[in-house]
Amino acid sequence: MSPGSAPPPGSAPQGAGHWWVQRLTAIALVPLTIWFVPSMAMLAGKSHGAVVAWLGAPLNAMLMASLLAVTFTHLWLGLESIIEDYVHAGRRHIGTMIAMKIAVAGMALASFFAVAKIAFGG
Amino acid sequence: MMVEFLLPRNSRVVKGKHFAAPARARNVKTLKVYRWDPDKDDNPRLDSFEVDLDDCGAMVLDALIKIKDETDPTLTFRRSCREGVCGSCAMNIDGVNTLACIKRIEEIKGEVKVYPLPHMEVVKDLVPDLEGAYAQYASIEPWLQTETPAPEGRERLQSTEERERLDGLWECILCFCCSTACPSYWWNGDRFLGPAILLQAYRWIADSRDEATTKRLDALEDPFRLYRCHTIMNCTNTCPKGLNPAKAIAEIKKLISTRR
Repeated sequence: MSPGSAPPPGSAPQGAGHWWVQRLTAIALVPLTIWFVPSMAMLAGKSHGAVVAWLGAPLNAMLMASLLAVTFTHLWLGLESIIEDYVHAGRRHIGTMIAMKIAVAGMALASFFAVAKIAFGG
Repeated sequence: MMVEFLLPRNSRVVKGKHFAAPARARNVKTLKVYRWDPDKDDNPRLDSFEVDLDDCGAMVLDALIKIKDETDPTLTFRRSCREGVCGSCAMNIDGVNTLACIKRIEEIKGEVKVYPLPHMEVVKDLVPDLEGAYAQYASIEPWLQTETPAPEGRERLQSTEERERLDGLWECILCFCCSTACPSYWWNGDRFLGPAILLQAYRWIADSRDEATTKRLDALEDPFRLYRCHTIMNCTNTCPKGLNPAKAIAEIKKLISTRR
């Protein structure tokens, strides 16, 4: 922006929600990680059947689904911020943003499907 | 465009001229000073000037003025008040943005490296182009705005407490040490307002007499203008006046969040 140039378009009022949800998900990840890490340590070396039985238990399946939801939301928002910071100029910005969203949505979908399949006795 | 980690070929800084101190000098300090002349095709260069500290004032600005007076009158820099209230002589000294007039030479070990404020276009030598930053300042409408009529026959009063809320804000001299220390401002300085301007914006939001807070917050709520700030804190670390732009930005984010 320089004096004499056309004024930039007005504000795009969406940064606040983004900022707030990034912080909320960061906070939510604390208890979920405290649950997740010892659980994984406990399952290390156990048989496939034991792991499936553990994840199939309703509480574990719900906590795992929450962890996935919060993690992928945080990842989505964080990567959006990084691309906004570093990848400028129209086409490349939009292209990178779309590729990132497809990748994150794909990973999230695969993860939820896996948990659901085990929980509902696939 | 992606972030560039190397300067363009014609911007790389090359070795410059050397100016030795007089033979009688016994307390010599070397200043390495960034030089670039828009009227020549040369790359920027780093000239080295030996200065006799026994015959020089205590501050980096004193040494620069001495060099301009006695060694090289073409050396170009801004200066005015020489006591840290005008903000003209902001530059990068020993790797840190600060005011040359209040930075003591003796605080710096070894050679004193002097560059213009980082990541701004250079007008000449140590003079950065601040036109864009000034336009951003104008964009936040830095004046008192009211709807209600002024009280009859007197000014709009503030309580002591209301006035104290402006402490740490009104002292800003707009030297832009903070904004030009901020990576978010380096990468997105055309759209992110930067810490100096956001602190100024908060100075009017925090003013009990100002009645345009809603409009001001509306204008700031934008992924680029405000939310490129990732709390890196370089602004607060480098401020030569000891102010805290990062806190002012956090207050703006809090206000926007709590009104949702």
